[in-house]
Amino acid sequence: MKIPVVKDILSANDQVAVENRVVFDSAGVFVANVMASPGAGKTSMILATSAHLPADVRPGVIEGDVASSIDADTIAARGIPVVQINTGGNCHLDAPQVSKALNHLPLNDIDLLFIENVGNLICPAGFSLGADIAVVVASVSEGHDKPYKYPSMFAHADIVLLNKADLIDVFDFDVLYFKRGVEMVNPEVPVFPLCCRTGEGVPEWVDWLVERLRH
Amino acid sequence: MHELPVTQGILDLVLETARQAGAQRIVRVDLVIGDMSSIVDDSVQFYFDILSRGTPAEGAEMHFRRESAVATCPDCGHTWSVSPPLLPCCPACGGERPQVTGGKEFYVESIEVDDEDPGGERYSERE
Repeated sequence: MKIPVVKDILSANDQVAVENRVVFDSAGVFVANVMASPGAGKTSMILATSAHLPADVRPGVIEGDVASSIDADTIAARGIPVVQINTGGNCHLDAPQVSKALNHLPLNDIDLLFIENVGNLICPAGFSLGADIAVVVASVSEGHDKPYKYPSMFAHADIVLLNKADLIDVFDFDVLYFKRGVEMVNPEVPVFPLCCRTGEGVPEWVDWLVERLRH
Repeated sequence: MHELPVTQGILDLVLETARQAGAQRIVRVDLVIGDMSSIVDDSVQFYFDILSRGTPAEGAEMHFRRESAVATCPDCGHTWSVSPPLLPCCPACGGERPQVTGGKEFYVESIEVDDEDPGGERYSERE
């Protein structure tokens, strides 16, 4: 006997993501799911962004890593509330992990929560966490072909940050080709070149972010 | 690597559906997976065989219906199926602004079971 199901494979995860979103909304926290390859500059972006936020937008961070608390320690050293999730080998965060982590964060003292996903351009795109926006950080040193190779990740983005923009000439990085790849799967998404090391482009991105947060 | 949690999701859905129908054994699972979903069929079957041991889904055959993503060229109207890595230009006219849609399907379409148990809860203690 055949039984129709027609149910999304990750519906259990998505259900928890919806519950997370309710918790965020009731605490008045705006949440950004930050996804990128390892080494693209997710932590640097979070630190550079936090340093430029208006005083009434207080940041917090959920730090996802396969192992170690190196990034969480760096963030805690800046006085930003942070909780570490070690996925123990899993290549992405899922909604239940985020749900557990929320118990360890002072949500009432946070206005903008960054969830730094595990460094990976494939799996994190499939797992909703309950965030308001998906921020994809690409970096010049990875090469301009990434949107063509990992289209799903870029299709999910609400904004694409192109980090290490100071290296564009060094790497012969073709910004137009990169942007065309992003637009192929996500025609409306903004692409902001920036450099977390020099701070170039960071104020423009923060303006965009705060605008979304206050919207 | 993410096929492991994905397959666990499939197994949970399948077992719950069978339990509600009072089925004793699941013999076939039909999945619909978009080509943009980065899922490797063989890996899913591999993990499913391991995860389903000792459950009513043990030995079930997985069938994958692949849905391709479609690219459309706004310059000449040409459409074609694509999967990653995407090509930057239209193969018909060389246009540089193709748009890709679809290929995101990711669901269990149906399962096939070999009998029914009107009690419906027979396997509940095994889950």
